[in-house]
Amino acid sequence: MVILAFVSSIVTAFSYYKYTLANELEKASWRKFSRVAFYVHALASFAVVAILFNIIYNFRFEYFYAYSHASRALPVHYMISSFWEGQEGSFILWIFWNVVLGIVLVHTNKTWEGPVMVVFALVQAFLVSMILGVVIGDLKIGSSPFILLRDVSNAPIFSIDPNFVPEDGTGLNPLLQNIWMVIHPPTLFLGYASTLIPFAYLMGGLATGRYKEWIRPALPWTIFSAFILGMGIMMGAYWAYVTLNFGGYWNWDPVENASYVPWLILVASIHTMITYKKSSTALKTSIVLVITSFILVLYATFLVRSGVLGDTSVHSFTDLGLSGQLLIYLLFFLFIAIFISAKHWKHIPTSEKEASVYSREFWIFIGATTLGLMAFQVILPTSIPVFNAIIESFGGISNMAPPADQEEFYSKFQLWFAVALAILTGVGQFFWWKKMDTKALKDALTVPYVLAMIAAAVIITLGKVYNLSYIVIVVAGAFTIVANATILFQLLKKSSFKLTGGSLAHIGLGMILIGVMFSSGYSEVISTNMSGLTYKKDWEDELNKENVLLWINKPIQMKEYDVIYRGRHKKVVGVPGYVSVNKLQSTEKVNEAIALADIEAKGKTYYKKGEKVEIVLEENSYFEIEYYKGDDYQFTLYPMSQPNPTMGLISSPDSKWFLGKDLYTHISAINDYDEPEWKDDEFYEVSPGEQFHISDFVTTFESGEVLDEVEGIDLKEGDVAVQANLLIYDNDIEKRIKPIFIISGNQVGRIPVTDQELGIKVELNNIIPEENKFSFKVNRYQKDYVVMKAMVKPQINVLWAGTILMLIGFAVAIYRRYDEFVKMRDKGLE
Amino acid sequence: MKKGHILGIGVIAIAIVIIITMMGSASTYESFTTARTMAINGNDKAIHVVGELKKNTSGNVVGIEVGEDKTSFHFMMVDNDGVEQKVFYNEPVPADFHRSEQVVVIGSYKRDDLFVADKILMKCPSKYQEEV
Repeated sequence: MVILAFVSSIVTAFSYYKYTLANELEKASWRKFSRVAFYVHALASFAVVAILFNIIYNFRFEYFYAYSHASRALPVHYMISSFWEGQEGSFILWIFWNVVLGIVLVHTNKTWEGPVMVVFALVQAFLVSMILGVVIGDLKIGSSPFILLRDVSNAPIFSIDPNFVPEDGTGLNPLLQNIWMVIHPPTLFLGYASTLIPFAYLMGGLATGRYKEWIRPALPWTIFSAFILGMGIMMGAYWAYVTLNFGGYWNWDPVENASYVPWLILVASIHTMITYKKSSTALKTSIVLVITSFILVLYATFLVRSGVLGDTSVHSFTDLGLSGQLLIYLLFFLFIAIFISAKHWKHIPTSEKEASVYSREFWIFIGATTLGLMAFQVILPTSIPVFNAIIESFGGISNMAPPADQEEFYSKFQLWFAVALAILTGVGQFFWWKKMDTKALKDALTVPYVLAMIAAAVIITLGKVYNLSYIVIVVAGAFTIVANATILFQLLKKSSFKLTGGSLAHIGLGMILIGVMFSSGYSEVISTNMSGLTYKKDWEDELNKENVLLWINKPIQMKEYDVIYRGRHKKVVGVPGYVSVNKLQSTEKVNEAIALADIEAKGKTYYKKGEKVEIVLEENSYFEIEYYKGDDYQFTLYPMSQPNPTMGLISSPDSKWFLGKDLYTHISAINDYDEPEWKDDEFYEVSPGEQFHISDFVTTFESGEVLDEVEGIDLKEGDVAVQANLLIYDNDIEKRIKPIFIISGNQVGRIPVTDQELGIKVELNNIIPEENKFSFKVNRYQKDYVVMKAMVKPQINVLWAGTILMLIGFAVAIYRRYDEFVKMRDKGLE
Repeated sequence: MKKGHILGIGVIAIAIVIIITMMGSASTYESFTTARTMAINGNDKAIHVVGELKKNTSGNVVGIEVGEDKTSFHFMMVDNDGVEQKVFYNEPVPADFHRSEQVVVIGSYKRDDLFVADKILMKCPSKYQEEV
């Protein structure tokens, strides 16, 4: 199937090429043939998708891909994530999107079909070659997702039984077990895939001598691409915020940068393309930008997948030996693009007139330049490992490493560029819709300026922003919001909603800027250690301990809150909220447990004692943390943690959402929940009614009691079973434990009680009737605990709201530009 | 001069500033020996050191001391030149720390005999190699 897809894509490329060149008579038959070839390719690609999914869905662990990315415990929607967790799967996803986009293009174009599809099919040929998995001599082309486990692994089991199929797969990376991760990669890849469309139109336009006309059909797709890519990036950011524990939504990780940079360039190209449509300038700039954005996507792919990033990134793939192939892919299109543009460069119309400072072209051009510089500033340090690799391949030695404090390094530039952009969008929009000179500009800007200043002053006072650079950001953000809102209302009054895309997106930008400033600049760690322990290690005292140790049931103060850790929980299928592990006894089977007590929630009993319950992802534990202000209970958070055998402790934060801020908490370390190493036996002889200490806990031995029956044990005539009732106090919690002592015939049996939360094991060791005393054997471990970090992130909702607004702006613009294209196409002016 | 040229010069100037700052902010890979020399010379820039955790003859990791409140720890690391160094990290022990094949610490010498890591990157054994 893969080979069929590969061959058919080449055939498609060739036949579309012929179709484009063919004369009128032969055109129809070439077109028919090309379409057939393309549909064969499409079907083959869909079949590849279906087969791979089938392998994962049916747990066919004889296949390496299913074995390494899926497991039986996974719910269906995460199987979709398994699909693209691996590198091969993500290529297939990309191929899939290209095919979908290709079908759309075939049906929406008339004269563009030929040249555009040539580029499309060529790209497909390269992508499909990545999953070919053909080995010719020493040359490996592509890495197939359909190889069998026994062909990959050298495990001895395969020499004994070549047909061995593992029981279960190794599962999906727990970090990816999140609903956002199910939709983030497809969105991002659709964004990547769609950058091909403007590029294909451009190449087609240049090759067929339609140097200007390509802009119209390409523009809606460029905006579409920026829309989808932007959405994908923000979904990733949101995912990082809700599941990763680095405490934010953006980490300047190379992989993040690799998607951010093409997006910046895409946005820049949208602006120059629009300028061109209005005033016939900036055509060459647009051409360069469109090529750059497509090549940057390929470069990003290369960075992420060639293994060159190595240790510098959290989510780079391992090297599959494809780096050479990826490099060829990258260089091929870079070369073709430069070649074709260079060949036609002198034919491309330019406007000689100098742009005036009062023209919108000038301002937009500055804006696009700023975007370009932003991209440059990010891509340069991201490529440090590439520079090292290049220097080393020429025999040199380079020990350059990425900046140690990435956040500070990138932010100091990006923020100022973003401020510049915000001001430019404010001013630029006025130029856009009106003819301007000095006086008109002054008049038009005065009102928004004054309003923005008032708004900024309010924000600064209320938000207590006293840092000069932050003040500038607030002013710039407020200005762009007010200025664009002014334009928005004027447009809405005068004409239709269709034209408002730009101002909406720009208002979004202003909100994002302010949201980022507050949530990052004023993020505050509130879990600073207040345990009162003093360290006599000079400098260490000055370090902020950003984590707190919470012993179970013991309150600790964190800023205005008192916080208490209450124990470990699981999620159970069908039961709202969480269920304490104290009520669950796990069985041999995955995700299954027996209820040790009735499981109730909101007054309803979901499971009776002794029933089997189904747990949602058994590895995940949720730690109940209660927040109090003084004595008043406020809320409870359940940050998640999963001790993963291959990846260590995987933690997902839980946040309390307030309108103006988030309280963000995550677990940094947890107790070891395997059978603990008990300390030496301690013995206590106590009479009923007496109080004594077990560990640090005050304990009352209430009574001894003779039992008639013991659960799980068949008591015979003459057997005696005695139970001791102990009441243990731990802070505000009282716990009853009941160890049992049995005499059956000549034998003595003891049923001890283990309390993991308190870290104690108590056994009724003996009864001394003469002294009316019971002897208890106690083993200690340690109380349950979690180590946690908590931060306050103010105004983060402004950031999310701004993002959504910006995306709406893009959507409106797509609608408008696509509508334009359709109208012109139907007039035959495509 | 045309405005276009002024703009061009401005862009080039900013680009150069960007490149210079990158060179200035870029960290470097060092060994403990060179890192200590840097610290003695008053250069407290954060640097990367690549190495492994110290292991005893039977292959078990030794030298990890967890702080009393479990929120920080010390460990012994051996860099690629074989130099042994005590490192402090102001975060709880990462759960897979013992099993890491290679660690990269980013930080600097705060005291003559103690390297303080601001960040630790770990390379862990690939799951396929181990389980199959």
